[in-house]
Amino acid sequence: MKHLDFHVTRSSGATKIAALLGIIIILGLIAAPWWAGRADMRLLGELFLYLALASLWNLMAGYAGLVSVGQQAYVGFGGYMLFALTIFGGLHPVAAIGVAGVLGALIAVPVALLIFRLRGAYFAIGTWVIAEVFRLSFAQVSSLGGGSGSSLPVGIVKSLSASRSGREHLSYWLALGSALIVITAVYLFLRSRNGLALTAIRDNELAAGSLGIDIWRTKFVVYVVTAALTAMVGALIFLQKLRISPDAAFSVNDWTAFVIFIVVIGGIGTIEGPILGTLIFFLLRETLADLGTIYLMVLGVVAIVIMLKAPNGIWGLIRSKFDLELFPLSFRVKKSHSSKGA
Amino acid sequence: MEWVNAIVQGTLLGGLYALFAAGLSLIFGVMRLVNIAHGDFIVLGAYLGLSVTTILGIHPLVALVFVVPCMAMIGYILQRGILNQTLGGDLLSPLLVTFGLSVILQNALLEIYSADPQKMNAGALETASVSLGDLSLGVLPLLTFGIAVAVIAALQWTFYRTALGRAFRATSDNQEIAQLMGLNRRHIFGMAMALALAVTAIAGIMLGIRTSFDPSVGGGRLIFGFEAVIIGGLGNLWGTLAGGVILGVAQTIGAKIDPGWQLLAGHIVFLAILAVRPNGLFPRVSG
Repeated sequence: MKHLDFHVTRSSGATKIAALLGIIIILGLIAAPWWAGRADMRLLGELFLYLALASLWNLMAGYAGLVSVGQQAYVGFGGYMLFALTIFGGLHPVAAIGVAGVLGALIAVPVALLIFRLRGAYFAIGTWVIAEVFRLSFAQVSSLGGGSGSSLPVGIVKSLSASRSGREHLSYWLALGSALIVITAVYLFLRSRNGLALTAIRDNELAAGSLGIDIWRTKFVVYVVTAALTAMVGALIFLQKLRISPDAAFSVNDWTAFVIFIVVIGGIGTIEGPILGTLIFFLLRETLADLGTIYLMVLGVVAIVIMLKAPNGIWGLIRSKFDLELFPLSFRVKKSHSSKGA
Repeated sequence: MEWVNAIVQGTLLGGLYALFAAGLSLIFGVMRLVNIAHGDFIVLGAYLGLSVTTILGIHPLVALVFVVPCMAMIGYILQRGILNQTLGGDLLSPLLVTFGLSVILQNALLEIYSADPQKMNAGALETASVSLGDLSLGVLPLLTFGIAVAVIAALQWTFYRTALGRAFRATSDNQEIAQLMGLNRRHIFGMAMALALAVTAIAGIMLGIRTSFDPSVGGGRLIFGFEAVIIGGLGNLWGTLAGGVILGVAQTIGAKIDPGWQLLAGHIVFLAILAVRPNGLFPRVSG
């Protein structure tokens, strides 16, 4: 007798196809220096860095419920660490990026201890205060140019690669690598035991706490890890810009407002959301950027409408309509045919 | 004597910060909403004042007669049209919607008024001063402080002595039961936001007379107001005034030590108080 059996799985046809397509796309992107022009590569590099920032912000806000409007603190911190470590420490820029991440984590610990005292929306503004403190402090460091900033010396730029195209390729790959590392890290984290705790906190903090999840510790870990990775992305951003100033490094518009719009439009609380959001953001930017301030107002209106009418973003709409998930995260019950008797 | 002067000037500056903070404190108290666009509304108030004074050729303080009701109306419409939809659920949606509003407002002001710094002309009031022993006090800072005290006293009176205030407190305590008692929560929230933006209009005009402003300064004003609220303790209006004064004094003393330290000193005092007294100095409600 044929017996219907059920099993629980994370993967589905869609996730397998998505994984295959993902690998093909990644291979294509790795090969970009051989098929893309200089301007395209620069645009793609920027896109990857925003993708990394958006995925990190999404991990914090969408999963850990830590809505920060002060992530520019770590972007700027990472950028300044890159400059300080290469200019005064004599480190190779790529090594400096890694060290910037470690330092970002170290500084995030006391910051978290302080601002975790604030709840909800006040936490958000507290993060902004921290970013302001960072900005004003770095503006006081005269050896890094004070308020007017400084440029990366030519010798350090040349140490990346002697030729201009070599440098461009390297910084493109670094940007691509950072986006891949961040998305992979977020994905693996969410699949882990901690990730399960985090998802539980996202869905219901009270229930998660009563089941024995240490909410404070879980959020703390997410905050510190996010800070470290954000600092590394920040170092990369300013390795591409080659110039840093307090206002550019700690800009709330560039490193937080855009990132929030990307995540909200794409779909908060999903891995796919920031990816879709980044694509939409760059599409809008490339077509509407000439409009300047109007473009930013349109972006604000779109974000508000999405937040009110479709709080799960565009990916949320797609997912609820087609029950689609590209990253195998949630568990599904599947029918499986088996010949084994009961 | 220089230090006494710094403290007195800082105290008066604190009046302005208390005006920044009062609206923020009010809407948090009534509906647990934190308006990220609050600073941009202060700047909007300043620009509306600028337009009214240039078009009608009147004194900025007289412009209050137009700007205050105008901002109150904007507040009521905003609350009933948009913000009420965000309440009740998680924190994320009010936060992100007001964040979106902040970006829209900032860029709209940029589009209309350009990025050039502007200032309102209050004539002789700007430079007038009175001597008090060795101290010379500006009439404008004194007036600002007086207005801040009056505004907070008026808000306090509204809260504890009027029917509207009773409705505010009732919805703040328990929205569902207030609704059962026949209060329309949506209208009450609209009134709270109207009142908050009316106060914000006063803050904007006083800001615009005191210093030059441009569309990008809203974020900084939000932070000052927020720090005053947290230092003073959530839900305590007189505490907010004390918080503003502490922040103002910290900034003027910081500036006295080194001009580059003015803002940093304010933030550091805020963080220190947060570390020692996480609920502020005079807390009344828990967040």
